[in-house]
Amino acid sequence: MNEALMIAGMAIVTFGIRYVLLASAGHFTFPGWAKIALDFVPPAVLTAIIVPAVLMPGGNDIEFNLQNASLLAACVAVVVGLIRKDLLTTIVIGMIAFGLFKWLL
Amino acid sequence: MSNAPNPDNCATLSMGTQPINTDDMTTGENQKLSRKEIVREIFAGSRATIPMIVGAIPFGIIFGTLAEQSGLSPLGAIAMSVFVFAGSSQFIALGLLAAGTGPLIIIATTFIVNLRHLLYSAALVDDVKHLSGPWRTLIAFGLTDESFATIADKIRKSDDLWRKKYAQWFYLGSFSTMYGNWILCTVIGITLGELFPDIGNWGLDFAMSATFIGMVLPYLTTRPMLACVLVAGAMSLGTADMPHKLGLMVSALSALSVGLSYHLISRNKKQ
Repeated sequence: MNEALMIAGMAIVTFGIRYVLLASAGHFTFPGWAKIALDFVPPAVLTAIIVPAVLMPGGNDIEFNLQNASLLAACVAVVVGLIRKDLLTTIVIGMIAFGLFKWLL
Repeated sequence: MSNAPNPDNCATLSMGTQPINTDDMTTGENQKLSRKEIVREIFAGSRATIPMIVGAIPFGIIFGTLAEQSGLSPLGAIAMSVFVFAGSSQFIALGLLAAGTGPLIIIATTFIVNLRHLLYSAALVDDVKHLSGPWRTLIAFGLTDESFATIADKIRKSDDLWRKKYAQWFYLGSFSTMYGNWILCTVIGITLGELFPDIGNWGLDFAMSATFIGMVLPYLTTRPMLACVLVAGAMSLGTADMPHKLGLMVSALSALSVGLSYHLISRNKKQ
């Protein structure tokens, strides 16, 4: 029951976020500062997810060393992403790198 | 069904052999699309989404495999993919469930994590003005990172006629491909999770990090953005001990404030 409520709640907030502006299309415009603030949301949220996932793969301690396969693979992904500027290449090479490091270490 | 201009026709049309009517409220033109054109656009949208799906496949599978060991029932995992349809927040919900977090905090975290989709819908407002309620509902429901990236890229490269006439069918192709794939991968993941109980250690979850890295990098073109990302990273490590992964919200909001302040200060200096 708790599970159903949780999923319903997640579905409602997610759909609400995606729907509110499209529903009002044109009748509501953002103030300028809010538009600028929204630009910062994806990098802020995504980075706050990536950094602990990569640096604390065990979930508890920061593993800033060369035995950490996710950290090494993330560095590879960053370099590839900066050079190629292509999402698919970044994902594929990043995952191959992760597999290799995991296998080597 | 009458062929009179009626914006509500779009979503409820039966796929008959007669030319299908999409209506343009803004110009009042009665533009007819053949079934062939519609199918062509749906397939084009589907094809354009394939590169995105390569990243989503491991993501969906690992979500399914990790569900049970995180305390989410197989049915709950499928329901989440069917009704929530937002990969990163589903993933984070698993982490929270595993940590014994209550539903309210999970819902609040989902809100913060998915707030970025507000930006996507803001970018599409001009392209849905002429569309009916059911179309807008469908577009909103399917507004994932992947489908948005696909349609935004296509819109940027297309003329006004395409945006008015074909864009929604292209989007439908992108959405249904993502959606079908997401549900399928969830089911595959659940099955794999039951077959190989140690699959959680295979490192498939790195797919999420790699995808997000690729998504963040294009933002790093200004100093305020760089500051925002640095603060988000540092704060996320500093707040990792906070209960219920509240650190994610705290880090994201701090990073957003720093980025916004930096932006506003540097803009005022220029003036």
